[in-house]
Amino acid sequence: MVLNDWGLAMSGQGESLGSASQPDCATLNMPSGEFISSGFPIISRTDFSDTTFLLEIHHPVMARAARPGQFVIVIAHEHGERIPLTLADFDRDRGTVTLVVQAVGKSTKEMQANLQAGGEVFGLVGPMGVPSNQGDVKKVICVGGGLGVAPIFPQARAFKEAGAYVIGIVGFRNIDLIFWEDKFRAVCDELIICTDDGSAGIKGLVTLGIEQAARDHSDIDELVAIGPPIMMRACAETTRPLGIKTTVSLNPIMVDGTGMCGGCRVKIGDRIKFACVDGPDFDGHEVDFDDLMNRLRRYKAEEKVAQETWDKNCRQLQLDPEPAPDTPPESGPTS
Amino acid sequence: MARKTIRNIPQQRAVMPVQPPDIRAHNFEEVALGFDQDAAILESERCLVCPKPACVDACPVKIDIPGFITSILSHNYREAYDIMTDATLLPAVCGRVCPQEDQCEGVCPVGVKFEPVAIGRLERWLGDRAISENWHTDSYIGSGPFKIGIVGSGPAGMACAADLAKAGCDVTVFEALHEPGGVLRYGIPEFRLPNEVVDAEIGNLAKLGIKIICNTLVGRLFTIEQMIEEMGFHAVFIGSGAGTPKFMDIPGENLNGVLSANELLTRCNLMHAGQFPDYDTPLQIGRRVAVIGSGNTAMDAMRVALRLGAKEVHCIYRRTDAECPARLEELHHAQEEGVDFHWLSAPVEILGNDDSRVRALRCIRMELGEPDSSGRRRPIPVPDSEFEFQADTVVYAIGTSPNPILGQTSGLKLDARGYIETDDDLATSLAGVYAGGDIVTGAATVILAMGAGRKAAQSIRDYLAIRDTNSVYSAAQEGLEGTVFGIDQAERNFSPVRLH
Repeated sequence: MVLNDWGLAMSGQGESLGSASQPDCATLNMPSGEFISSGFPIISRTDFSDTTFLLEIHHPVMARAARPGQFVIVIAHEHGERIPLTLADFDRDRGTVTLVVQAVGKSTKEMQANLQAGGEVFGLVGPMGVPSNQGDVKKVICVGGGLGVAPIFPQARAFKEAGAYVIGIVGFRNIDLIFWEDKFRAVCDELIICTDDGSAGIKGLVTLGIEQAARDHSDIDELVAIGPPIMMRACAETTRPLGIKTTVSLNPIMVDGTGMCGGCRVKIGDRIKFACVDGPDFDGHEVDFDDLMNRLRRYKAEEKVAQETWDKNCRQLQLDPEPAPDTPPESGPTS
Repeated sequence: MARKTIRNIPQQRAVMPVQPPDIRAHNFEEVALGFDQDAAILESERCLVCPKPACVDACPVKIDIPGFITSILSHNYREAYDIMTDATLLPAVCGRVCPQEDQCEGVCPVGVKFEPVAIGRLERWLGDRAISENWHTDSYIGSGPFKIGIVGSGPAGMACAADLAKAGCDVTVFEALHEPGGVLRYGIPEFRLPNEVVDAEIGNLAKLGIKIICNTLVGRLFTIEQMIEEMGFHAVFIGSGAGTPKFMDIPGENLNGVLSANELLTRCNLMHAGQFPDYDTPLQIGRRVAVIGSGNTAMDAMRVALRLGAKEVHCIYRRTDAECPARLEELHHAQEEGVDFHWLSAPVEILGNDDSRVRALRCIRMELGEPDSSGRRRPIPVPDSEFEFQADTVVYAIGTSPNPILGQTSGLKLDARGYIETDDDLATSLAGVYAGGDIVTGAATVILAMGAGRKAAQSIRDYLAIRDTNSVYSAAQEGLEGTVFGIDQAERNFSPVRLH
């Protein structure tokens, strides 16, 4: 059978064009060439810290389609929820997409415990959202903090490839949590690292880095920030007086991610937008961050229940000799 | 047997057992329990087997209704199922969710004097029988050279896929969600359409050789143009549905506790929020739920809310029950189960508490004025009639607008409202690309979407010059429509092979 570029069997006149049958397609049991309906193989996993880990997932078609700024929805297992994650990287040659996950809630902790190289994720759909536009930006600041460090990388790389002067600013709690420094240095003309405790780079928040970059450069065209809402708001407030165009990538609660449920609606100026199909990138100076943060809190009680149930099940699985204790559940920020 | 007339048929419909309202309002089991075989035969006796059956014309997918009923009467159930599946591979679905009273049953001559023949219930019985007996349909003819891509695995896409697979095409259906079925899966609740029924009938489509690929967002993963130009599909059908929920743009809509009916239904039906925390997706239903709108989706949302444990469910609608767009049966079911209806009321603001959660609605009374463009009397606000209405969950079920993704990612021509523009044959502005269902017409019913899918399948057969396979099995069509490329109807019946 001759496969075309998409791994779909060609027929009739198309056969002469058929080429590039990926050797790994034959070994994977896919219903139609490269297309997987469910069960996406995890190629590799890297743990950056106690909470942060990277998954590289085989999905050649998505690797080809993905653009910076887009996100995917992951379903870890059959009973799992649909979790939106901004793409951290995609490699067209390897046919993989990369996700960096912070284990902060029940679902992500469960992913951390269960998803290993050689295994698979139940569902993976994307790329979703409107890709970010590099335009004719000459000089750009790319800011990543917390869970936003990884997804800012493809944006920085895209700006670099488009010929812009790229200033990267990444924020971590301390030196031990730093990852991808070499990857960032490869695509950034300048890289400013900020840590909360000053163990590396500037001591303080990423906004200090922005202020420093703005002092050094008076001709910054745009700032792109990805991270927790509170960080993105701080970035937008830092650039507002400087008049620098600021783009933020919003991460509201989603269900389907295709514009069907409206759970991800956000307030931009005085208009309601759906982050999944109208975004996820929006003008940071227009975003109502209070509204976003309120809406991110709406399932807090249920998150706690899920976490407690899971913790209890884990303890039972480990045959912990201690009786079910009254220890308070780990309460992590969900964003 | 003497010819049946209105005088010698059973006057009463066969009885279909229904779960009592007070019990069913708290479970997700089916409300209507379906006929048994005796009831199905009794009901079939009521069909007059009209020589020119109006019911077939009124059916969007043109099921040969007297044909399958005759087969039931002669106890040839498998034959009845084959007649049915010439037109639809989803009889157990359609028998449950079609608005038969507006279609086949609405024109049944028995209905002039008595209740019309319960065609929908017979269809459902036959579909359920097929599922329990594991009947399925095989491809009519050997596979041909054509590859067809279908966007969306809802009713429109599946109906189109089935007809093209029967015509020997290699059909691949792409679905964005992680399970196939579209609105049958995420929208219609279990108590109206159990998931096992959807699974079984979609399983039958797979047995026809249709490949269903989930987790694939067409437009973003690849474009419609790429499907034709690069991926080797000879034709594409788009049945992606409308599906983007509308809000009213009034203050307070972003408060926590305000959600669309689509979100509520998706969380419950697709993501199994009712089984949280065994399933990960949560849903807060609250004590007092207000649903805005009174269409079929609103009815589903209200009845789901009751079953998820809401103590009170209220419907807020700006017109009256006479204009209520839901099926009468759905409205009755909701009323029986204890939903409170507040006619001639519309929200003007949603009020929150200090924690940004919904506390109440501020509503205004309406009165009906002159008929508007939809033919229904236009609601007009009554001055100084505002009142507060307590609620801790507010659900919007006021319709949908077209999903923007395919418009954003392709050169398809859209109409002014954003729906895909097609000609009478459902051809879009791109050669080889057809569209039908809600993404063309706006929100409608499962069966109308299926009708559009079948129509598009016919157009695709014509476009690809696939000699017609329909006329072999379905009632003869007449006139010019019966000829394709000038080939006479009789000549088109080339070597039909039917495997089973």
